[in-house]
Amino acid sequence: MKEAHHGEGDEKTYKFGMVIDLDKCTGCGACMVACMAENNISFRKDETDKLRSNFWMRVYKISNGLPFPDTEVSYIPRPCMHCEGYDHHHATPCVSVCPATVTDYNHETGIVSQIYTRCFGCRYCMAACPYHVRVFNWWDPRWPKGMEKYLNPDVSVRMRGVVEKCSFCFHRYQRAKNKAYAEGRRELREDEYQTACTQACPAGAITFGDLNDPHHKVYKLKKDPNAFRLLEKLGTNPKVYYVSTTDWVRKASDAYTGKQGEGVTPG
Amino acid sequence: MKLDRRTFIELSVGFSVGAGTGILLSPVNWKLMDDMTIWSQELWPRYQLGGLKGQLPQRGEVTHVDSVCTLCPGGCGITVRKVGDRATKIEGRAGYPVNDGGICILGAAGLQLLYGPWRVPGPLRRAGQRGAGQWEQVSWEEAIAEAVKKLAALRGEGNAHTVACMLGSDRGTVPQLFARFMKAFGSPNLMRTATAEDTYELTLGLMQGVTSSVGYDLERANFILSFGSGLIEGWGSPVRVIKAHSIWRSANVKERATVVQIEPRLSNTAAKADRWYPINPGTEGALALGLAHVIIKESLYDDNFIRNHTFGFENGTDATGKGYMGFKRLVLTKYTPEAVSRMTGLSSSKIINLARAFARAKYPLAVWGRGKGTMPGSVYECMAVHALNALVGNINRPGGVWARPKVATQGWPEVSQDATAWTGYGMPRLDGAGTKRYPLTGHRPERLFQMASEKPGAVEALLVHEADPYYTTLDSQAVARAFENIPFVVSFSSYMDETAHHADLILPNHHYLERWEDCPTPVGLQKPLLGLLRPVVAPQFDTKHAGDTLMTIARALGGTIANAFPWEDYEGLLKETLADQWDTLEETGYVEQAGYTPPAWEQAFGTPSGKFEFYVSAFDQVGMTMRKDVGYLPHYEPVKPEGDAALYPLVLIPTDLMRLADGPVGNPPFCTKTLEETELKGNDLFVEVNPETAADHGLSEGQYATLETPKDTAKVLVHLFEGIMPGVIGIPKGLGHTGYDDYLAGKGVNANSLLGVVEDPISGLCATWGIRAKLTRV
Repeated sequence: MKEAHHGEGDEKTYKFGMVIDLDKCTGCGACMVACMAENNISFRKDETDKLRSNFWMRVYKISNGLPFPDTEVSYIPRPCMHCEGYDHHHATPCVSVCPATVTDYNHETGIVSQIYTRCFGCRYCMAACPYHVRVFNWWDPRWPKGMEKYLNPDVSVRMRGVVEKCSFCFHRYQRAKNKAYAEGRRELREDEYQTACTQACPAGAITFGDLNDPHHKVYKLKKDPNAFRLLEKLGTNPKVYYVSTTDWVRKASDAYTGKQGEGVTPG
Repeated sequence: MKLDRRTFIELSVGFSVGAGTGILLSPVNWKLMDDMTIWSQELWPRYQLGGLKGQLPQRGEVTHVDSVCTLCPGGCGITVRKVGDRATKIEGRAGYPVNDGGICILGAAGLQLLYGPWRVPGPLRRAGQRGAGQWEQVSWEEAIAEAVKKLAALRGEGNAHTVACMLGSDRGTVPQLFARFMKAFGSPNLMRTATAEDTYELTLGLMQGVTSSVGYDLERANFILSFGSGLIEGWGSPVRVIKAHSIWRSANVKERATVVQIEPRLSNTAAKADRWYPINPGTEGALALGLAHVIIKESLYDDNFIRNHTFGFENGTDATGKGYMGFKRLVLTKYTPEAVSRMTGLSSSKIINLARAFARAKYPLAVWGRGKGTMPGSVYECMAVHALNALVGNINRPGGVWARPKVATQGWPEVSQDATAWTGYGMPRLDGAGTKRYPLTGHRPERLFQMASEKPGAVEALLVHEADPYYTTLDSQAVARAFENIPFVVSFSSYMDETAHHADLILPNHHYLERWEDCPTPVGLQKPLLGLLRPVVAPQFDTKHAGDTLMTIARALGGTIANAFPWEDYEGLLKETLADQWDTLEETGYVEQAGYTPPAWEQAFGTPSGKFEFYVSAFDQVGMTMRKDVGYLPHYEPVKPEGDAALYPLVLIPTDLMRLADGPVGNPPFCTKTLEETELKGNDLFVEVNPETAADHGLSEGQYATLETPKDTAKVLVHLFEGIMPGVIGIPKGLGHTGYDDYLAGKGVNANSLLGVVEDPISGLCATWGIRAKLTRV
């Protein structure tokens, strides 16, 4: 209970996070679509302008930049990092700039929330986020006739003018918690709460769980010698870890910019 | 009062200040502004959310329905989450033998196909010009009567054999119903789409004497040598192969495997492989034989298997006393590492080292079928790769290649044909499959369209089920010409695909989430499995199960045709056919033979010699006498890409992307959204070019260029990619649709239109792997 700054006394607290094995990730994109289907993410006829395209989970392709045949590419799935920060001076970047208390770091779950109805679209958070996880709704969502039928009632649809981002499928946490409480349990089992992307990944590259719980898989995986986080030097303390046995991929995580062939170029 | 300029300004300013102060003090403005805010917020959901009419997605009881996905031949188990009567999410079914909880990108987007505006709303009759998209909605009775009238007329004229049928598969009860219909009706022209699986089946028939599909024991292999197979790009049953890939990439040293990818382009599979060996496109067969050379020369092969269970490895004399050359002699003389190095562009030392590593691995496995395996490819190339598996003795062994028997019988009563049916069914097939020239092949779909375009009247009617030949067949322009010569096209498609778009009558099938159907063993799986599709939601449109539609047509045609379909409806037929398996299927959704093991070497081979045959004596049996001994052996026979090298200095190869469906099902919007910025921009498609090649042609990143092949010309964007071999252009397959609607149509170029059909000399199937091309700056 030591971390329950905002908890309700005896509430069980978690620090949910992810470990993504980049050796296993095939860049297939199933996580992106599972996320879009789960979270009622809208789409338009032309989605080729990626600066305007709405992804909560986006798979980036990077290359070592070497000429044929020494070229290598790798994929980096990028959900929200749910940065914990370290202290007042290294706080969650988006939370610290939001003027409307839209986004908050929840100490019960370690999830960075986003309350759409509070957001008035100033986009400070987008500027503050070093991972580009936040997207702005430039348009109201529109579903082709009939397609609104598949919308998930557990996730609200978002309007034009607000910012949104990955929630670690928070509604799944709520659902699991309700079920556990109904059964008289106060703690969630590891498999009870999993994000849509984790569940979908055909490669099993994504592992999700409580980073503080030694019984959860992520606890061990994050300690892998090849584990790293993106832009760690910024002090954001992200809760998404990556594992790669490839040197240049690990090097790329801190946005290393060296000579061609030493660093990383977009794929 | 005289109003001079000064007074006017004074008064104006005074009035303005007064008015301003008044307005500010009045509560009306604040009230109005507040109202505006509320009004605009309420207005938003009401007007902007389309069908939602200001409501959030409706809540309801949450249920889950298990079924099987048929969007590709992968046959994954799915669990659909329902809220009330709406399907809201498709997830991989945990514990299902194929995919155990995983799902692919296309499967996850399945609900967009179910609820999308590209569904055919009900039976449609063409109203305007072919392909103009003008339809008249008719009743099922009318639509079926129309089909019956046309078919009965053709039959009456003695032209029953001019009715052709194109299917996406020949497995399961529905394709078998179509086959039955064609037999009872009196036409031999039943076709289906051909893939690399057909070529491997043919190879197993030739070298092992079995009627089997290929199954790969991927999970237990620990050295995977892939000849261009897009293992993580959708090859085989995609989720299952990606799962196997994760086992190979496991941190656990015991499970970890070595993956070597042979391919001219750095595909995702190549990028993930331990080693990527780019070779000249189309020379995969030569490399396989070069590796065989090293394995034989250094005696690294499985001596027991080669000595006791193979035929034609050494030189010998056959039963008639005729001497023949063995595989060993051929390979040792013709495929030295130096010779193969010249053909493939791979250094001799790499060839030697690769061969050693492959042969010395505990569970080596060579896999074949380019990209997703959608193109049949060369039989000799497949034989060469299969021979590698034989050399290391992994046939029907753990971690090896298994021959999985094809079960064709449904236990249905024989079809009794009337005289018309008997005559029509006995006519030669239009595609020449099964004839003296191509005795081993069952279907040659491309040839059907060539015949139709060359000979008006050859095909008077075409029935299309679960296939989109208008889009997927190579040389699209020839297919379009063929369609012009086919007076009556009937599509059973659930979607407004290209074939449906160019049909005269659409009799839409229930969507795969709306119907009962059996799903036989997925492609590439080593153990037999039967899955069951069940309706997840009620039919969303005025559709009818294709099985029922076909049986209704048969009954209306009467006589022996009607008699061939004694079942009341499709559901009844399915239950009766699956008989003792039905209860298990209905309860668990699948029947598997988990303990299945393929026959041991002693019983495995049905060849004339009873052994695995490097020297294929079956060729003589079917009357395919070869001029030289080499014709009986796996050897390298280059499949020359069409086009004159002087006119077309580059080579265009199609590339398969996991995020882009290129089969009969169009890519759903979610998947198209995930395409990279370097794959599609606006409606323009990027082709991949090596920077070196681009420099030679004066092209730079993002520039427009004209891509020309002997078949077609297209405007494309150039993407410089270091991962593609110089001199080669890569074009993604799956775009350039004209059907569906503008979430897909009009985006990019259809790669199939730029490619042509090169026939394989043995199978007569399409052996194309690329085509010569020219790229010029616009």
